[in-house]
Amino acid sequence: MAGLASPLRVCRGILKELRAMQGPSYKQSLAYSYVMDQFRKNKVTGERYCRAQQEALHASHTYLCLLASTRNHQALHNLYHGKGERSPEEVASLVGLRLPTQPGGKGWEK
Amino acid sequence: MFRRIVQLRNSFGNVISVCKSCPRDQYSRCLSKYSTASTERKRFYQDVSISQGDDGLYEINLDRRKLKTPGGKLFTVPNEALAIAVATEWDAQRETLKFYTMHLTTLCNTALDNPTQRSKEQMINSALKFLETDTICYRVDEPLGLVELQKNEWDPVLHWMENRYNVTIGSSSSILGPEIPQATKDTFQQHLSSYSLWSMTGLEFVITQLKSVLLSLAMVDRYLTVEQAVLLSRLEEEYQIGRWGNVEWAHDYDMYELRARTAAGALFIQLSSENLTVKRKIMQD
Repeated sequence: MAGLASPLRVCRGILKELRAMQGPSYKQSLAYSYVMDQFRKNKVTGERYCRAQQEALHASHTYLCLLASTRNHQALHNLYHGKGERSPEEVASLVGLRLPTQPGGKGWEK
Repeated sequence: MFRRIVQLRNSFGNVISVCKSCPRDQYSRCLSKYSTASTERKRFYQDVSISQGDDGLYEINLDRRKLKTPGGKLFTVPNEALAIAVATEWDAQRETLKFYTMHLTTLCNTALDNPTQRSKEQMINSALKFLETDTICYRVDEPLGLVELQKNEWDPVLHWMENRYNVTIGSSSSILGPEIPQATKDTFQQHLSSYSLWSMTGLEFVITQLKSVLLSLAMVDRYLTVEQAVLLSRLEEEYQIGRWGNVEWAHDYDMYELRARTAAGALFIQLSSENLTVKRKIMQD
């Protein structure tokens, strides 16, 4: 099937996701140090087709997909499905009415 | 075709066990971290860190408290990468805890607690049941555009899988699905029993999400990326989107959710079977 993206792109993508998730202090996080460590370790290889390198690249691609899709999923959820139900006041105001008020409160309240 | 029958719309993903109040012992005040759907848990910790216990297993610490599973057990993972990924998930929560975004945590909890007490054989059997109605074997007769698309996209994966495992799997467009010979099923059963219980939990999860044994195995064998596997699983939907247009709040939402779950499952499998891949490399040299 089509080849994977280059390691540089995947690494940059993961760092972008971590920064979006954790804010400006993402460089102190565990994930940052682990990811950079793994990328550096697998950079140089003696063989032309190094299996460990390909496996690490696939794993990093998978992790990037995980981070990006959870972020997008959550964004879409908040955008479209996050609002919950309307209160009775809002429902009434949709058609231009207001809820009736009873000065002494309803019989079963209080 | 049978894809949308099982839709896991539970807001806490795969957490099957309902956590009653955690057993209180004097050493760690374990809070009911996985409360019911009505109340929202606020983020009650500042830092997330990992530590290694005496037996080599890694644990997650929220502030100074150790993380526990919904079943009350201590949350331990066998390797550091998985622990860091889970810690990142917990760290990514703002304000409130949204368990439906923490897929790796959910998978670890299921593997650790095993709330339905399933054995590996049961998992393998239920996974192989998907083989008879596997997505990429189940073809349509019309519309022609979709038939072409299925042939061009699914056939290469089918042939690759057949070569890789030395099995024959046909594709068919009848309503009963393809006839899978028993030898094929035995080969797959043998292959699947070489996975550990943890990896099998993850693999069953991915198979249930993608509705296809062949796509999941192709992805685990690194022939497909997660995006490609999800695309192939949703081929008919993508075809219809191409014809009739995309609805963001349904199509994109489903796609990202499927991608997130599949990616989490794939990562879980890969990290749980790390020892397995090291062995293979030594044998090949």
